[in-house]
Amino acid sequence: MSIQLSLDGVNRSFDGFKAINDLSLTVEKGELRAIIGPNGAGKTTMMDIITGKTRPDEGEVLWNQTVDLTRTDEAGSARLGIGRKFQKPTVFETHTVEDNIALSLKDDRSVWATLFDRKTAEQEARISEVLELVKLDGDRARLAADLSHGQKQWLEIGMLLAQDPELLLVDEPAAGMTDAETMRTAELLRDIAGQHTVIVVEHDMEFVRALDCRVTVLHQGHVLAEGSLDHVSANEQVIEVYLGR
Amino acid sequence: MGLIDRRMGIFLTGLFILTVAVPAGNLWMEGQPVPSYIVSLLGKYLCYALLAVALDLVWGFTGILSLGHGAFFALGGYAMGMHLMREIGDRGVYANPELPDFMVFLNYQELPWFWYGFDQFWFACLMVLLVPGALAFVFGWFAFRSRVTGVYLSIITQAMTYALMLAFFRNEMGFGGNNGLTDFKDVLGFDLQSDSTRAGLFVLSAIALAGGLLLARAITTSKLGQVLVCIRDAEDRTRFLGYRVEGYKLFVWVVSAMMAGVAGALYTPQVGIINPGEFSPANSIEIVIWVALGGRGTLVGAAIGAIIVAAAKTLLTGWFPEIWLFALGALFIFVTIFMPKGVLGVIEGALAKRPKPQPDGKEAEV
Repeated sequence: MSIQLSLDGVNRSFDGFKAINDLSLTVEKGELRAIIGPNGAGKTTMMDIITGKTRPDEGEVLWNQTVDLTRTDEAGSARLGIGRKFQKPTVFETHTVEDNIALSLKDDRSVWATLFDRKTAEQEARISEVLELVKLDGDRARLAADLSHGQKQWLEIGMLLAQDPELLLVDEPAAGMTDAETMRTAELLRDIAGQHTVIVVEHDMEFVRALDCRVTVLHQGHVLAEGSLDHVSANEQVIEVYLGR
Repeated sequence: MGLIDRRMGIFLTGLFILTVAVPAGNLWMEGQPVPSYIVSLLGKYLCYALLAVALDLVWGFTGILSLGHGAFFALGGYAMGMHLMREIGDRGVYANPELPDFMVFLNYQELPWFWYGFDQFWFACLMVLLVPGALAFVFGWFAFRSRVTGVYLSIITQAMTYALMLAFFRNEMGFGGNNGLTDFKDVLGFDLQSDSTRAGLFVLSAIALAGGLLLARAITTSKLGQVLVCIRDAEDRTRFLGYRVEGYKLFVWVVSAMMAGVAGALYTPQVGIINPGEFSPANSIEIVIWVALGGRGTLVGAAIGAIIVAAAKTLLTGWFPEIWLFALGALFIFVTIFMPKGVLGVIEGALAKRPKPQPDGKEAEV
């Protein structure tokens, strides 16, 4: 298997606080990876660095072992094939569910192309396909603002899928979901993995167990442990960080 | 979501009737039921309406609150005013065929380089679009690239128009200082004082407003228009979907500035003067009030808001000149608190409630 994403010796501090401290991490193509860690472990900053929102002070971030991600901006990383889901569900509230997906479809993103764009039958079919996958096909004409919290989470995942990214960065997808919804989300992410690479940041241990994948534990901006969930849960240091205080 | 929806259809029909009735009543009907000053006054309102549509494009749809849109309007007005000055020729007080009166008065020996070409009408028309467009492009390029948003952007747009006002007040700038440009005689050989020319300018203003509305509508109903709303509602999400937000903002900002420039160019000959007061920050703030009052993000509402406020200003400053600013302030507060969707929102809300009650009550939610 080839490497999708690699971080090597990445550092980033904010006003003297080391948010990311010599972080090295490798994710393979098609892998499903969970990243856990207490508050302030640097999970969100790590995602900001991967997507070009934040530039690291030093270190290397490589996409497909060739493209330097420290030089792209958010739109650039999205065009390379990195999709990101925010912790707080962020959808376009004054657009319909259908338009939310339509606007996310992989397409020419230039101003002129967008001005003269016409929806093709192929795109219509793709929209329906995605809506079915995230179980929102009955709500396609509703405004996104009128959806429930859980439905918004799903819509945002649908928007990510519509982008057809190589890598999905998913920040706490289960937050605010019911148990049934949480399990369905885990199932969906497992299904997506394989064709796509998926990195999930999560707090909820039940959810991580349901993902049944390799786990990376982050602490103070550094990788503390890596392996199966059972392996890392048995790690002394991890227990101390999570339970010790 | 066609180009002409119900509200646009109604407004354009009304505008068309006005465009036929006003000149007819002024030029051809017995006893002149529409006095000449009313024609120019209404023409001025239509220019304001076009300016409001331009602001609605950036504020209502893209979320960029510009407090400096009067600057683009004034620049368009100055570009047209420069042509009208050149067209006076040797009929000025000093009868200098080359130099406008104010330059002779200020002892200019020759025409400044930036006045070259303005003797040609087509060149002036080009500048009406290019000068506001270029300023908007340069300003937007730096502001949007540096990701200046929200209130910070509003403040620098305000600073921009204030700086231009101070600059245009200076005699050394070569734009007539605080007197501005005035005493126009004719345009393309048509006497600006004659009723038929005034009626012609009124019709042109109506056509420009209709054109501006349709252009804005075409933009906002396209996929690009949807992206603009995305930027307004969730800028970060839009970026992470791969849209270069700054490019989209720059596009709509420049289009809007050019539209404002056209409004200014039609305003100058109808009012007969353009001076640095048009750059004053208070003017730009008033434009925001028009749009808020009419209904943000509705285009037609913005045009209606401009006409309502401008008409109220004409009446109130005539009757009680000293209370106008208080009335304007009170109006703004009233609209923000009680009519967040503006006049158009209130009218459409009332209309939506009346016809056959929907069993699912969906209409009532709006």
